Amino acid sequence: MNLTLSLFPLGWQHYLLGGLLIGCAVALLFVLTGLIGGMSTVFSSTWSFVVRRPFFQQARFTDSRSWRLVYALGLILGALVWWLGFADGAPQSTSVPVWQLLAGGFLVGYGARLGNGCTSGHGICGLGSLQWPSLLAVLTFMGTAFLTANIVARWLA
Amino acid sequence: MSAQGLSVPRFLAVLAAGALFGFGLAISTMVQPEVVLSFLRFQDFGLMLVMGGAVGVTLLAYKLAPRLLTRPLLGGSFHAHPSAWNRDTAVGAALFGVGWGLCGVCPGPAIAGLGTGNWTLLWALGGIALGALVQGLRAR
Repeated sequence: MNLTLSLFPLGWQHYLLGGLLIGCAVALLFVLTGLIGGMSTVFSSTWSFVVRRPFFQQARFTDSRSWRLVYALGLILGALVWWLGFADGAPQSTSVPVWQLLAGGFLVGYGARLGNGCTSGHGICGLGSLQWPSLLAVLTFMGTAFLTANIVARWLA
Repeated sequence: MSAQGLSVPRFLAVLAAGALFGFGLAISTMVQPEVVLSFLRFQDFGLMLVMGGAVGVTLLAYKLAPRLLTRPLLGGSFHAHPSAWNRDTAVGAALFGVGWGLCGVCPGPAIAGLGTGNWTLLWALGGIALGALVQGLRAR
C-alpha cells in the first residue's frame, strides 16, 4: 500500500488504462491499415507541403503526409472528447516557462527527427516490434532526460 | 483536405486510431508536462505504466496480426518500424532526451494537448516543428 502510494502518489489506474488505450490505438491502426503509428514523422512530412528541398520531398514523407495529418487531427479530437466529456472542461495550462517549452521543443523536434523516432516511434512502436536499436535509443533519451530534468529542477528551484 | 490515396475507410480508420491515442494520452495525464517532469525527477512512476501498457498491447498486435491475417483489413501491407543504431540515432536520441527533460513535452502530447485547451503548449509545438525543419535543412 505505502509502496504503491510512494511510487504513484496520484494513483496508478489512469496511467495503466491510458497506456492500454494508446496500445489499442497503435494496434488498431496496424490491423486495419498496416501503418506504424509513431508520431514525430508528421513534423517532417508536413513541411513537405511547403518546403521544396529534396530532403522533404522524399517519398517516405510525401506518401505519408496525408494520413499523418489525419492521425494528428485524431489525436486532438480524442483529447477533446476526454476534456469535454470526462474532465471538468476547464482549460488546462502549464506552469513550465515558455522559454523551456520553446527551447526544449526545438531539441525534441530536432533530436527525434535526427534519431528517427520519439517516445512513440522508438518507445512504443520500436519496442513493440522488439528492435534493439530502439531499445538503445529509449535508454539513451531516458538517460539524458533524467539528467536534464534533475539538473534544471536543482538550478531553477 | 488533400487526401489523395486516402480512401474514406482508411481516413476513418486513421482518424479513429488517432482519437483513441489522444484519448489515452489525455486520460493518463501525459498531456500535462508537469506529470512527465515529475516522472523524470523520480517523483511519480506513472509514465512507466503508460509505456508498459502501450508496449504490451502493441507487441501482441505486431506479432499476431501478420500471422493471423495475410494483409491489413483495409488492404495494403503490414509495414515495419525501421530502426538502425548509428551515430544519428545516438545523437538524435540524446538531444531528444535533453529537450524532453527541459520541457516535459514530446511530439504526441504536444499535439494532443491542444485538445485540452492548453494553448501554452503551442510554444512547444512550434519549437518541435522548427526543430524538425532545421534538421531537414541541415540534412543533405
